[in-house]
This record gives sequence, C-alpha cells and structure tokens, in this order.
Amino acid sequence: MAALPGTANGKVGAATSGPALVVDGLSRHFGDRVAFEDVSFEVGRGEVFGFLGPNGAGKTTTVRVLGTLIAPSAGSAVVAGLPLSAENGVEIRRRISIMPEAPGLYLRLSVVENLECFAGLYELPDARARVERALRAVNLTDRAGDPCGSLSKGLRQRVALARALLNEPEVLFLDEPTSGLDPVAAREVHELVDGLRQRGVTIFLTTHRLEEAERLCDQVAILNTTLRAIGSPQELRDRLFGKTLEVRARVALADPDGVFSGLAGVDSWRYDDREDALDDGHAAYMLFVSDPVVAAPAATRALVAAGADVLSINQSRRSLVDIYLQLVNEDRNGAAPGGPR
Amino acid sequence: MSWTRVRAIFRKELREYRRNGFILATMAIVPLFFIVLPMIEVFAASPSTPAAHSLLKGGPLTYMLGIPAIVPTTAAAFAIVGERQQGTLEPVLSTPVRREEFLIAKALAVMAPSLAISYGWYCFVLVCAALFANPELSAAIFRAPELLAQVVFTPLIAGWSISSSIAISARSSDVRVAQQLGSLVSLPPLAMAVLVSFYVVHPTAGLVIGLAALLVLVDTLGWKAMLAMFNRERLVVGAKT
Repeated sequence: MAALPGTANGKVGAATSGPALVVDGLSRHFGDRVAFEDVSFEVGRGEVFGFLGPNGAGKTTTVRVLGTLIAPSAGSAVVAGLPLSAENGVEIRRRISIMPEAPGLYLRLSVVENLECFAGLYELPDARARVERALRAVNLTDRAGDPCGSLSKGLRQRVALARALLNEPEVLFLDEPTSGLDPVAAREVHELVDGLRQRGVTIFLTTHRLEEAERLCDQVAILNTTLRAIGSPQELRDRLFGKTLEVRARVALADPDGVFSGLAGVDSWRYDDREDALDDGHAAYMLFVSDPVVAAPAATRALVAAGADVLSINQSRRSLVDIYLQLVNEDRNGAAPGGPR
Repeated sequence: MSWTRVRAIFRKELREYRRNGFILATMAIVPLFFIVLPMIEVFAASPSTPAAHSLLKGGPLTYMLGIPAIVPTTAAAFAIVGERQQGTLEPVLSTPVRREEFLIAKALAVMAPSLAISYGWYCFVLVCAALFANPELSAAIFRAPELLAQVVFTPLIAGWSISSSIAISARSSDVRVAQQLGSLVSLPPLAMAVLVSFYVVHPTAGLVIGLAALLVLVDTLGWKAMLAMFNRERLVVGAKT
C-alpha cells in the first residue's frame, strides 16, 4: 500500500483527548425484535476495535446507531468526542466515516467522480488533493478514470475505502471490509488498516474473519445481541480458558490423579476429550496451571517418574476462533446471556 | 444549508443522467406525444374551420404543459428508491448531508433537465409555427398572455410532479412501483391542461391566476410531504421503524 492520506503534518486532523468511543447501555429494538441490548464499551484513540458476532447479532445495527443513521432505543454514547444525539448528527458524521459491507458506488461514474462527489459532501476545501491522496493510499491512481462498474469486487472495495478516507476521519467504521475478497485483496486491506493504526486513526472493525480480528485488533468484543465478552484476544483467552498445558501420552496413565495432583504450578487437571487430542488412540490430559514455566518441568518429571510414554507437553494456545465458538455455543446451548466476560 | 453539498449531489445526478440511456430516452421520447397534436392542429387547420376556432380559443401550447407534468416523473421516482436499491443511499446518508440538502439537490437535478426539455420543445413549436403556419393561427399562438402562462406554469407543474414523485420514491421499495405511482399523481395537472387546451374549461384570467395560486400551494405542500416522507432511518433499515 502507498502512503496514507493525512494532513500536511501527517497527523490525523482531530481532537486527541478522551476516548474515541464511549458506549453506555446502548440498545436498539425494532418493535418486539431486539437488534442489540445493553451494550457498553470504550475504545481508546488510535485503537483497532474488533466487533465480532454471528449473523444477526446486531453488529451492523450498532455501527448504524453510532454513525447516527438510526437512533438508539436506550442508552448513550459519545462518538469522536460528541454525545450521540440527533442534534450532533451532522457534526458526528463529519468526524467519522462508515464503509458499509457493500461498496455502494455509482457504477456509471468514474472512480474519481465518485470520490469528488463525496469530497463535496464533506465540504473538503482541498478536494482534489484529498482525492489524489486517497487514491494513492489504495493504489488506484491508475484506475482513477475508469467507470466503477468496470472494476472487480476487490477494486470496488478499495474505492469504497478511499471514499472512507477522504475526510480523514477520527473514527473509521469498517463493516466487513474484506467480505468476499480474495486473500491477496484481503491482505491489502489488512495492510491499509495497519497503516491507519500507525497513524493514530481509531478503527471500529466488524468482521466474521476471526484471524483478521486476532491479527489486527487491540481489543475485541463479541456480540450476540448482548455483549458476551470484551478485551484483548489474550485477555479473553486467559479469562475463558485459563492457562493450560496439554499432555499427550502413548497409553493412558494408570493413576493420572496421583501423577498430576499436588504438582507445583498445577491447579487441576482433566481428561482432554477433544477429537483432535485423541487421534491414533493416544491419551490426552489437560492441566490447568497458574504458571506454565513452573508447571511444565514439574509435570515432565512426574510423568517420567510414573513411567509414562510422553509424546508431547504443550502450552495450549487457544485462538480467537476457540473463544468465539465457546461463547456462541454457550448461547446456542441456552446458557443465559449475562454481562460481558 | 450547505450549497456545496447540494452542488455535489446535483452534479453527480446530472452525470448519471448523461450516462443512463433509459432516463435520457424516456425524457426525450415522452414529449413527442405532446408535440404531435399541436403540430397537426397548427399545420393542418384552416382558420375558418371549427377546429381552428377551438384551437384559437384554447391555445395549442397549453396541451404541451403535459411535458413538464410527465417528463420529470421517471427520474424523480428513481431518485431515492433507485439509490436505495443500488446500495448507494447508505454511504451518502453517512456523510454530513442534511435531509433538506439531499432533497433539494435531487429535485433541482430533475427540474433542470425537465425545464430545458419543456422550454426547448416549446421553442421548437413556436419556431415552426412562425415559419410555416397560417398567419392567423400563428398569431393566435404568439399571444403574450398565453406565452407568459406557459413560462409560469411549466416550473409549477414540474414542481408538483417532482415533489410528489420524490415523496413516493422515499416511501417505495421498488423503482417500477414508484415510477407508476409518480406517473399517476402527475395526471391531475395534465388533465387540466388538456381540458383548457380543448376549450372544455374556458381559460379566463381568473381561472389562470387561480390555477397558478393552487399550484404554488400544491408545490409547497408537495415539498413538505417530501420532507415528511424522507425518513433516514427507514431508508437505511428498510423497514417501518
């Protein structure tokens, strides 16, 4: 990706005090249907905030509420330093950008004509320069004169990104920005998001791609109508799964409780009955530990002393996918949705 | 009110019209229906026939007031529901644009080509009449009050068609339905023009002034209806809220 658009001094032209987003008890109902309820979180300036959730979880509605496109049913929020209200709608929309999932381009107009229209809507004083910078940022300078209808889906997505960058927003809402893109195009979007983060732009990213959220986001929230969890990916891992060691042995231990109980650093243990842990008929154990650095050598010594044929001892690394599936499955299995974990 | 934002949408709309063959074709073809009859009357009638007498009283140009009634409906009915269907409405509404700015820009972008087309065809008929028609009939066409009425009524009638069609567009979920309903609501002024043109209704000064006042009132109400019908939330969510 080329140089990103910015003001003359390369900084984002925005107020820099206070969080970029403060959301407190926000809800939106459509008649009897709850789009999302009692959602609270805070996003610091310059953070990349991932907003995850299954289809129909209320992610896009949340973005629309924060973008003043629709009004909340309850709760309050501060967006780019301004209280969320109808009166502040124009000023909030001036300070933010929303890139919806569908690019929404005027297909009969050229790339540059699309951007010129939006530069006018933002009343940008240096419209031509901004358009050029935005085009350079997404590597589309050579396609500036092409009708948008002639562009591939990936290129249209890039035009939509250029459009979202025109006003140099304080908060950039990206709604599924890599949806339907091939891996190369998706990687280019990731690089752009990385670049924006380095420049201090706050990014609110809704996505289904969990590896994308894990890679890009400082903080993630998992929404399933209510907020199910919030924190950094590492915090969520620790909170939901704790620190664990995965032990695999060729044959089952005769007395596993005698081996693992009382070991330094090991709080408890259980059989690991996940399918991928039990391949080839081997035995697998999961040790819940307070400190893996202490527990791993102790467990190794105990296993050797017990005559176990140890295949591996690994510190488990749960992905964001595990966290996401755990929470979403809890909801599907009827666990009462509580507050964020 | 930001005229920069109004201009941005206005320019975008005109660019789109230029590249949209369907809208251009509709705008170009529809006036022909309102040109044919006056042209035949002007060129075929002899001043002594009853048809010519009727023509002299009703004024052949009056019939052409159907042009500003019908021409804007296709583009105006497309204005909002069309953008919604092609997914361009949400990005625009996500910018600082206000409802009034958006609607004024849309209305002006339809009004400008509609007036250009209407006045263009009037001029064409007038030139033809001046050059080729019987002098007695030609003189009947070039009466100052009729010409003034034509100039005044054209934007008023177009205003009604545009505001009502955009209001329908804001509440419709399908472009075709919006265009059909838009055509329907443009019929009353068209009907009145036809009645006057065929001298069923006598075009007295009082009637003309009364109709003009009525159209000003209707246009004002149409604008208010357009504002009321435009619900940003409903347009984005696509459902009753």
